[in-house]
Amino acid sequence: MSNPLVDMQKPEVIFCIGTNMTECHPVAATGLKKAVARGAKLIVADPRRIGLAEMSDLFLPLRVGSDTALLLGMAHVIAREGLINEDFIKNRTTGFDAFFEHISQWTPEWAESITGVPAKDIETAAMLYGSADKGAIYYTLGITEHICGVENVQSLCNLALMTGNIGREGTGINPMRGQNNIQGAGDSGALPNNYPGFQAVTDPEYQAKFKAEYGREIDLEKGITKVTALDLCGEGIHAMLIDGENTLISDPDREHCEHALRSLEHLVVIDIFLTETAELADVVLPATAWGETDGVCTNTERRVQRMRAAVPPPGEAKPDWWIICQIAQRLGFEGFDFDTPKPIFNELCRISPIYAGLDWDRIEKGATDTLNNQWPVPHKDHPGTPRLHEETFVNGRGIFSNVHYRDPAETIDEEFPVWLTTGRRLQSYHTRTQTGRAQGIDYLLSEESLEVNPADIERWELADGEWCKMSSARGSITIKVKATNRSPRGTVFASFSFADVPVNMLTGSGYDPVTHTAELKVCPVRLEPL
Amino acid sequence: MTHKMEIDGIEVTFSEGETILEVAERHQKEIPTLCYDPRLEPFGGCRLCIVELEGSRNPVASCTTQATAGMVVRTVTDTIEAYRKTLLEMVVSENREVDVPPLRGYASGELASLRDKYEINGTSISGAKSGTNKADDNPFILRDYELCISCYRCVRVCAEQEGDHAINVMNRGFHTQITTEFDGLLKDSACTFCGQCIQTCPTGALADKKALRAVDEVADAVPDKTRTICPYCGVGCSVDVLTKNEKIVGIHPAMDGPANQGALCVKGQFAYDFVHHPDRLKTPLVRGDDGELHEATWDDALDRTAEGFRKVNAEHGRHSVYGVASGRAPSEAAYLMQKFIRVGFGTNYIDNCSRA
Repeated sequence: MSNPLVDMQKPEVIFCIGTNMTECHPVAATGLKKAVARGAKLIVADPRRIGLAEMSDLFLPLRVGSDTALLLGMAHVIAREGLINEDFIKNRTTGFDAFFEHISQWTPEWAESITGVPAKDIETAAMLYGSADKGAIYYTLGITEHICGVENVQSLCNLALMTGNIGREGTGINPMRGQNNIQGAGDSGALPNNYPGFQAVTDPEYQAKFKAEYGREIDLEKGITKVTALDLCGEGIHAMLIDGENTLISDPDREHCEHALRSLEHLVVIDIFLTETAELADVVLPATAWGETDGVCTNTERRVQRMRAAVPPPGEAKPDWWIICQIAQRLGFEGFDFDTPKPIFNELCRISPIYAGLDWDRIEKGATDTLNNQWPVPHKDHPGTPRLHEETFVNGRGIFSNVHYRDPAETIDEEFPVWLTTGRRLQSYHTRTQTGRAQGIDYLLSEESLEVNPADIERWELADGEWCKMSSARGSITIKVKATNRSPRGTVFASFSFADVPVNMLTGSGYDPVTHTAELKVCPVRLEPL
Repeated sequence: MTHKMEIDGIEVTFSEGETILEVAERHQKEIPTLCYDPRLEPFGGCRLCIVELEGSRNPVASCTTQATAGMVVRTVTDTIEAYRKTLLEMVVSENREVDVPPLRGYASGELASLRDKYEINGTSISGAKSGTNKADDNPFILRDYELCISCYRCVRVCAEQEGDHAINVMNRGFHTQITTEFDGLLKDSACTFCGQCIQTCPTGALADKKALRAVDEVADAVPDKTRTICPYCGVGCSVDVLTKNEKIVGIHPAMDGPANQGALCVKGQFAYDFVHHPDRLKTPLVRGDDGELHEATWDDALDRTAEGFRKVNAEHGRHSVYGVASGRAPSEAAYLMQKFIRVGFGTNYIDNCSRA
């Protein structure tokens, strides 16, 4: 997030797109609800009438996968109506003239033809956001889990740049991260393109730095993403070490994924339960869980925080860092001689400019009135950076992107005439390895169901509460039907949380070519009564 | 802009918009309250926070009175203390019990500690008890309204902090009752089971059913607390894990958590006991010649792990090994995972689980 969570109470206009925040980030949503109660205007763009839509001032029910078209249409209106921030564009950005010309063709009427959202609503949304002194954008996987995820994010950046809604309180471009330490995993360099601290592996300066630091040559080119690695299993990739991910259930195209993992000569999984993924492993190593592990994590607002062990682990379970050290030592690798997490974190801080001012002891103390531990923290006396891009952008100037709309990888046709979109629900977390084992959660949500518009139930000859067969180009599953107006006509929704309703058997139609993020939000399907 | 006022004979400064109570608390004055939760709008229901204000004929509620320049306030006088004691006696007299297990909720001991502070033995006023319990089969929130004192903190936290408006007030006066629309179950209301009502309740009338499963084990002792971060989404809510005898028995939201300021959701509040689930892996497992996974010693499992990587590396080259770091484990694990791949194999064949 460019802005801190406390800023959620500050905007005049909030634009939420592709985020089901009240279910997926409920505590963040409380800040947004307070802003709305105070009088902030809320615009919600989502294919489904989610909780946020119910509390919005303007709801834009766009067709799944049409975000870029909507955002181009909004940019067109903002420019046409003269709502651009000329000073900001002049002083902080580059490429606006070409962008201005580019968007002149993408009228709201054109956007309506792609998105299904009435042109006048697109105009209203653009005028609201474009007129606000403080306009903030919030998004989640509804923006990124598309083949055009990069274009979607760039389109949001275009809106913020042309209106100067970045670098100030109550503004910004704010992706909400989904896991307690997914930000920290990236910060720590567990990425094929970056060393720790987002230092590019292709930059000669960092190549030299890490060659010296790690005492060996490292490839000068980027590595491959996990998606590509899974594609290459059994051909180029023959061994994998997976820590704490139930790849088989959470990744798209389960059949492909299972085949990939089975093709490995050597699969080692570190986890706290024998997950569906761990069941395929040659060796399963038991890790300590949350509540049993000391360490550091980073949240969605780049806040680095301390996690603490409160109870001892069961049996012989060990911390993940200890396990990795032991494997490395047995392979004769240097630099894995650690007995506690503290020196590991301090090493990460020492070699990561964004963490340079942090260390274990500072995180141990926690946030104070003067030190907030939100990165970048470039030196020891630095208080932390709640808001990014206040004076300047990392690369100097904000760059406008002349993006084009693209259809999803697969579009509906006679064989698969219904859009399936997937996501999460309040009561379950990801593949339910944890929430599924917490008492009481079943009382609130014990099974998965497919949310279908009542008119579609009739049209496809289904019945509310009965089972149906849902098929895509990759496979079929059976799932219980639930009638609800949350789903618009022609679009259905299910979460991927329940292993007995493996929705990711169906998904996997395509990937963003840059990020390799799967298009989990769009999958044409066919529904049949059982 | 700062102004000056006087509290208990001492000149203090305050900022525009602060209430007398906020100014006093900042200057270490202990003013008793029951309906006050600093996260919520001033309410002025319980009247315990009354103070003497020079120039005012009657005492004023310090939680709802904004500080103004030149005010002269006395927080403790014989008259004020007598009022407070009488108010507390009346409140205490209406409740079935005042001493409740601390597992009921974060603030559940507030009434009991005020009763102790004002040395109320509970016999000077007696009469009918107010509040009727509501049977509700949900596994999380006990609705023990016999202990309700109508401070409305639950109603206000649900509306103001959560924005859910799941509960409200039915009837008035002695018959006041907190309820959902149509007086039904929480499950059938807008309740999201975030547990905020439990944690703000000053008497334990709304209580943590799940934590209370450990009531015999914990007895009246306050469980140990460990400050950590919630294991679920990326918001990073601060929580205090309550433990007893090496078991997690409950969760309290951290009121000073920088990301959550006391708020939690149903997962962070209640979905903690996976940690002690019997399915937890307790020993390493190694696949045997029979194709099944078998329990193994760490030594054997680590040898087998290392041997597998060594063999693949030797036969297929260093680009045949891939590492996937967790978005759930702490950063030390992710850092070492990438170091393992980069130092060990000299490749960038490393990713985390953020792409799906």
